[in-house]
Amino acid sequence: MLGDFLPPTDHLAIETNGLRKEFASKVAVRGLSLQVSRGEIFGFLGPNGAGKSTSIKMLLGLVKPTSGQAQILGHPFLDVEVRRKVGFLPEDFRFYDWLTASELLALHGRLCGLTPAQLRERVPVYVDLVGLTPHRDRRLRGFSKGMMQRIGLAQALIHEPDLVFLDEPTSGLDPMGRHLVRDIIRNERKRGATVFLNSHLLSEVEITCDTVVFIKQGEVIGSRDLRSSPEGEIHVHVRAHNLRREILPGLSEWTNSAQMQDDHLSLSVDSMDSLPAILRYLIASNVDVFEFTPQRLSLEESFLKIMGEDQGQ
Amino acid sequence: MMQLWIIAGVTFREAARRKILWTALIAATAFLALFATGMHFQVRDTHFARIPPVIRYQALSSILQIGFYAIDMLAVLMTVLTSVDSISGEIASSTIHAVATKPIHRWQLLLGKWLGFAAMIAVYVALVFGGVVAVGYFIAGVQPRGAWQGASLIYLECLLVLSLTFLFGTIFSTLTNGVIVLGLHGIAFIGGWLEQIGTVTESNRLINLGILSSVLMPSESIWRRASYVMQTSIARTLDFSPFATRSAPSDIMMLYAILYLVVVLAFAVRRFQQRDL
Repeated sequence: MLGDFLPPTDHLAIETNGLRKEFASKVAVRGLSLQVSRGEIFGFLGPNGAGKSTSIKMLLGLVKPTSGQAQILGHPFLDVEVRRKVGFLPEDFRFYDWLTASELLALHGRLCGLTPAQLRERVPVYVDLVGLTPHRDRRLRGFSKGMMQRIGLAQALIHEPDLVFLDEPTSGLDPMGRHLVRDIIRNERKRGATVFLNSHLLSEVEITCDTVVFIKQGEVIGSRDLRSSPEGEIHVHVRAHNLRREILPGLSEWTNSAQMQDDHLSLSVDSMDSLPAILRYLIASNVDVFEFTPQRLSLEESFLKIMGEDQGQ
Repeated sequence: MMQLWIIAGVTFREAARRKILWTALIAATAFLALFATGMHFQVRDTHFARIPPVIRYQALSSILQIGFYAIDMLAVLMTVLTSVDSISGEIASSTIHAVATKPIHRWQLLLGKWLGFAAMIAVYVALVFGGVVAVGYFIAGVQPRGAWQGASLIYLECLLVLSLTFLFGTIFSTLTNGVIVLGLHGIAFIGGWLEQIGTVTESNRLINLGILSSVLMPSESIWRRASYVMQTSIARTLDFSPFATRSAPSDIMMLYAILYLVVVLAFAVRRFQQRDL
């Protein structure tokens, strides 16, 4: 049943369980299960066609899931009222081009239930926040793509939501615009809001996000906590003699994954701190170590590694 | 309910700022100018002045009916052209995403838009209908019978067409939507003719074909009812043209048309609620 209640989990901004979407000819999202904590900046990563946009559209009620459950801010996700606390910047934001920037913000603010007094106060503030004060009375018809993204960002935030979905917020923006978006996201975190960020710019995500998940074909296939391992995932290459399968279970105490082939051992760890313990364990297990090379993986490298050869499909 | 009125308001403003409305108003003004000129020359015609006043009044009333017929067509076309892109266009361009993710029910979004267009069409019908009545009154000294009823029926016809463009807009692309709605109106138009010819030639088959087309699309029936209530009593028995009506659609047909409108709108809401955006 769609929209069924999951057990209340107040600390979560989003919780989904097996969210699935089938279109006539294909399965867009196989079964999305994830948890996003309140106050978190959450990165949602995956190659084109991985089901990212469809997943966001399901969470926002634009697309009806075929099956699965979800809660947003402790409410069933199809509850219209919960959207008073939710903001959304769609990818490639567009709106009625005959409105001025201020009129657009006022319209969206009114739809979110802001009073005329609140609108009078906030519209200039949010126009200014996205750097469009000189253009506030201009019609959107004359706006560039970057300016549309900026005003789109302002309409997503004007009602000061608890949860903000940003779908490719930096697309079409110049470096100044990207910097602005980064600052705005940080401000949202300070305000206590949760930000759900879908972006192709992994370097941006790496700077901004607390947690990222990698999705492929609509399923979470990996995640990374950027707060606990801000330096990124570490890949360790070991060349040694006397490597045996029996030593692998013992390594799981420090490693995310361990693969062995002939005289080579590949390990993935979250922190440099665990390297001495791993080395001591190998020596204690009578492994003759000739080479022990740690290498930090950037988010982009992690992404490519996790996505494997399917990247870009 | 506030959300519904916000959407209605922005839709009205959008419709009013579209070039198509102003183009339609300019076209209507050009028509009214031509109509007024024609009426003026007819009234001043020396041969025409010798005709007995009773017959003259009938002739001028018939010309007035042509005026109403023309603005009925203009109003229906304007309704289709302004609203045909409203739902399907916003879905295709993803413009609808920013609004549909606000705290608003889909039914509020659809009915709000419908109300916005309904208000805009009301203004348009009032202006062009008033224009024809003014030309008839000030230039020829003729007044239609049942003008309010006639105007209301023309408005009802537009609302019915509007509801259909909304329904098909939730299913098809803009172009397909326009083709279907205008096609249905064309069927209704031909059906109306067949029914009238059938009435004159007493051919039940033609009458039944006409009724069938009215069941499929009652827009032309509403126009013929409007025409009937506005024409003079003598014209009702003598006249025969697309601008006048020999056999008026019944009250049941008008009730059917209203029911048709409500059902079509309900289907539009249902379809819009179910579809992915």
